[in-house]
Amino acid sequence: MAENTNIHPRSILVRALFVVMALVIIVRLFTLQIMDDKYKILADDQAIYKKIVYPARGEMLDRKGRNLLINDIAYDLQVTPNKLKDLDTALFCRVMNMTRDDFLKSIAKIIKKNGDRRPSVFIASLSPEQNTRIQENLYLFNGFEIIQRTQRRYPMGIGGHIFGYVNEISPARLEMERYASYRQGDYVGINGLEGVYEEVLRGQRGIEYWVRDVYNRPQDPYKNGQLDTPAIAGKTLELYLDAELQAYGEKLMQGKIGSVVAIDPQTGGILTMVSSPSYDPNLLTGAELSRNYSKLYQEYTRPLFNKATQATYPPGSTFKPITGLVALDLGVITPAFGLGCAGGYYQCGKRIGCTHSNPGHAANMRVALANSCNSYFCHLQRLIVDSKQFGNVKNGLQHWHDYMNNFGFGVTLGIDITGEYPGVIPDSVFFNKLYNNHWNSCQLTYMGMGQGEVTVTPIQMANAMCMIANRGYYYIPHFVKSIGGDKNHGMLKKYNQRIDALTHVSKEAYDAIINGMVDVTVSGTGRVAKLDGFNVASKTGTAENYASIHGQRVKLDNHSVFVCFAPADDPKIAIAVIVQNSGYGATWAGPVASLLMEKYLTDTVKRKPLEDRMVNGNTIKKYIYTIDSLNRVRDRIRDLLRTADQRTRDSMRRVQDTVIVERILNKYYHLDTRKKYYDLKRPEYLD
Amino acid sequence: MSLARKSLGSRLDWTTFFLYIFIVLIGVMAVYTSEYSSFSDPFFDASKSHMKQLTWLGISLFLGMIIVFTDSKFFYAVSYFSYLLGIILLLLTFVFASEVKGSHSFIKFGSFTFQPGEICKIFTALALSRFLSAGDTKFDTLKDRIIAAALVLLPCMLIILQNETGLALVYFAFFLPMYREGLPNIILVLAFSMVGLVLGTLLIEQLPLFIIITVVFILVGLLYRRTIIRQRIVLIFVIGGWLFSVLFSNVLVPYVFTKVMQPYQVERIYSMLGQDVPQEFQRPGRKAKKDADYNVRQSKIAIGSGGFIGKGILNGTQTKYSYVPEQHTDFIFCGIGEQFGFVGSAVLVLLYLALMMRIIHLAERQRSGFSRIYAYCVASVLFFHFAINLSMTMGLAPVIGITLPMLSYGGTSLLSFSIFIFILLRLDADRHVLLR
Repeated sequence: MAENTNIHPRSILVRALFVVMALVIIVRLFTLQIMDDKYKILADDQAIYKKIVYPARGEMLDRKGRNLLINDIAYDLQVTPNKLKDLDTALFCRVMNMTRDDFLKSIAKIIKKNGDRRPSVFIASLSPEQNTRIQENLYLFNGFEIIQRTQRRYPMGIGGHIFGYVNEISPARLEMERYASYRQGDYVGINGLEGVYEEVLRGQRGIEYWVRDVYNRPQDPYKNGQLDTPAIAGKTLELYLDAELQAYGEKLMQGKIGSVVAIDPQTGGILTMVSSPSYDPNLLTGAELSRNYSKLYQEYTRPLFNKATQATYPPGSTFKPITGLVALDLGVITPAFGLGCAGGYYQCGKRIGCTHSNPGHAANMRVALANSCNSYFCHLQRLIVDSKQFGNVKNGLQHWHDYMNNFGFGVTLGIDITGEYPGVIPDSVFFNKLYNNHWNSCQLTYMGMGQGEVTVTPIQMANAMCMIANRGYYYIPHFVKSIGGDKNHGMLKKYNQRIDALTHVSKEAYDAIINGMVDVTVSGTGRVAKLDGFNVASKTGTAENYASIHGQRVKLDNHSVFVCFAPADDPKIAIAVIVQNSGYGATWAGPVASLLMEKYLTDTVKRKPLEDRMVNGNTIKKYIYTIDSLNRVRDRIRDLLRTADQRTRDSMRRVQDTVIVERILNKYYHLDTRKKYYDLKRPEYLD
Repeated sequence: MSLARKSLGSRLDWTTFFLYIFIVLIGVMAVYTSEYSSFSDPFFDASKSHMKQLTWLGISLFLGMIIVFTDSKFFYAVSYFSYLLGIILLLLTFVFASEVKGSHSFIKFGSFTFQPGEICKIFTALALSRFLSAGDTKFDTLKDRIIAAALVLLPCMLIILQNETGLALVYFAFFLPMYREGLPNIILVLAFSMVGLVLGTLLIEQLPLFIIITVVFILVGLLYRRTIIRQRIVLIFVIGGWLFSVLFSNVLVPYVFTKVMQPYQVERIYSMLGQDVPQEFQRPGRKAKKDADYNVRQSKIAIGSGGFIGKGILNGTQTKYSYVPEQHTDFIFCGIGEQFGFVGSAVLVLLYLALMMRIIHLAERQRSGFSRIYAYCVASVLFFHFAINLSMTMGLAPVIGITLPMLSYGGTSLLSFSIFIFILLRLDADRHVLLR
């Protein structure tokens, strides 16, 4: 049949309509897919998720390779406030078991602290229960993310002062040059080894790119992970610290205020550093960190204060070997020099008492040291500063001052944890001011026996013992033996250098002092430190000390001080112990030092009754609490006065901040800024 | 006649058939990729959508075979009856409807749901073809035109009452065959203008709409300036039309929406269009505006990120990770756009165009009017779906929930288009016969 060949005009129109529509669609496709790059970028923004992979923080091993800490995995809940627009607040609060008020307050706090664009930690270290609840529902809460990181755990619970702690970086630190590569929400080591070795411990962050689905759940690695950067774990620190000795030291020092420092004189490695009362470093990890921190901060015994490096004490009689050594080196006396002491020193008018009055107890240096004769060393101090070679007393004092600095007193040593105090070694400027330029050697006598104006820290005392034991040289005391197995790491350079501060002093002088100190143990005041098979050199100290209460100088119980090293001819350990306000050096500090020495040198402690007496002894005096309270009040008043006019400026800034926070809350929650944010009703569309 | 002596197989238009099969298979693949999440998923998993779609293809081909072996006169004979059946089904829907995604247009038999509104398109096409081709129908009289329009608008109204505005709008496609059969231009223009005006009022803000209306009428005035000079009354019509449009869109509707109707009624009208109530018609105290164009934005991102040749099969991040809602039904085209880019999308558009052009070609070679009009109905319905679905996925038209023919997932939709096309193939095979 003849098909209908003449084409109907309206059929052409219909066909034209079809073609035109197809063309319109193709043109639209062209503009969407080829002309405009915007959609490609939008798609990547939406679907590609940059995941920061936090490396495991470096570990720490003690001198025998024992793990001092363990890295646990912790989960933080992070929030980016400006992504919370569509959040179902009621559901979130139910899942996290918090009230809406708490939620809004926390968000307001975060916005005020870090702004609304940056991710900040909303809840640190989620509990396992919280973690499961939020993980299941996370896709419902846009703007929240779970970050995995490592958290420290200390199986032995020792060495809080040594390790320091790890916490979220503060805005103040973020602005420091050292932390330029850190971002909001990162964790950083604070104080102690964590702080000093932060650079090697932190490792390197990695980045993974993931494709995520519409519910914000990461699905697959983007481009099979070709663009990812793996995280590099932090380096392991190998320490000189002896975990057992440290634990034993903390045990012996319980119930006492004071500190213990033990150093290996041959390397400068710190074997033990106890600041008592100590605290469990596990308190400063995880969610309870800030609460525990302020609790510890409030304690009247000041556990957070590292007494080994920051507390300064009059060294008392433990200073006498130093005075003796200086006198011998200057040649103002010979080892055979003797002084007739009848129980006191009267040459400067006022009596300076001496525990001994029997004739011959200060017949020569060795005997005087063994008997700890006050008169003898007071006299030496005068001989030193009044020595003819210096011309006058001011010059003499200055030379003495230089000696002291060589011993590491009056200066910071530069150990590898932060916050070291230099102590006080007065110079002529100090006395000019104190005595209005009118003074002579008589005002300096007390310093010869470690009293008066001289104060030192326990680590300085231990270090000075290392120098005497080594006959003149030392290594800066330090904890870290190697970083990631590298003993010559750049950060350890200064600790590997032997410092020959006093090697020019004659052998005879050292012999006299060391023999004197050995006699202290054998027959003198430090007999408690006697150890079978070892030649122990020691010196006791009973340091007078005063507190200023309401402007009154009040004498407190003496500090018990003890220094020692052993074996005297081949030193393996040098110890300084101070027990605050507890009496004679041989009563508390001596036994503690001796037991530690026994533990270190023989591995076992045989003197159980002595050990029990030390462990169970409590020497904390009640007035410490009163003095601490008064000090806090004094500090508070001083702070208030100092910040009085700063406050005016702060108040103005606070008003500004409030306005900004309210503006942001208003933007996202439609809250009425005229009312307080927590009084407000929930915006309707969130219901 | 040589054609009559040829076998049925050689009389069938295989071009149309292969275009159809090709598009359906692309659809199965698109459904598969939109659901795919990892390599571990087995392809032959009966619970997956693409397998269901393949099952539906099997059912469609089986039904198609039955249709092809049926006498073409049968379709002519049952056309009115089927229309009646369709209307009854639509009415039954009001009684037995089970709610699917807020719409009351589905009937459920056990686990099998179907939408009478979809099937009714075929019945309407048959009835309309029969009425227009009937010997006693004078399509140039007003009475027959009204009857024809009523045939189309009756199911349309019933479907609107079922809250399926998108589906109902498809029935307006039947005005295209009527146009082919001699509906005057002016009626079509007026009808489409009115629909445009109503939709414009609802979807476009008042000031831009006012400007658009004014520009359109100025253009009309310029186009007919010679007529206007000769006959002043035309000018009055033009000005009157402009005045009516402006009053309708800028005064009447806002007044009725804000003062006469209840807020929930206004919301219902907008929700029929898949839209939220615009700011100007909102009453204080009502729900705040939700992010309405989320679907379209995601759809545009998915298509736009495909680029020239696309991200490759199963590599589309936006579709694979469910950023686009309804991506295996109404927004199925996103997957094509993202994975195969401009090239793939354009090929698909051209496939559709080829199918529609082929159907028009078939229509124009029919001897009987019934077959021709039916073919036009098929082409028009296809065109309507194709044009509106692609426009809405690319942000050119409001989202009104119309499937992409033979590509979107959905049993009834695939089945109804298949029946549509197989009846056409059957009628075309008998194109030498004059159906009475």
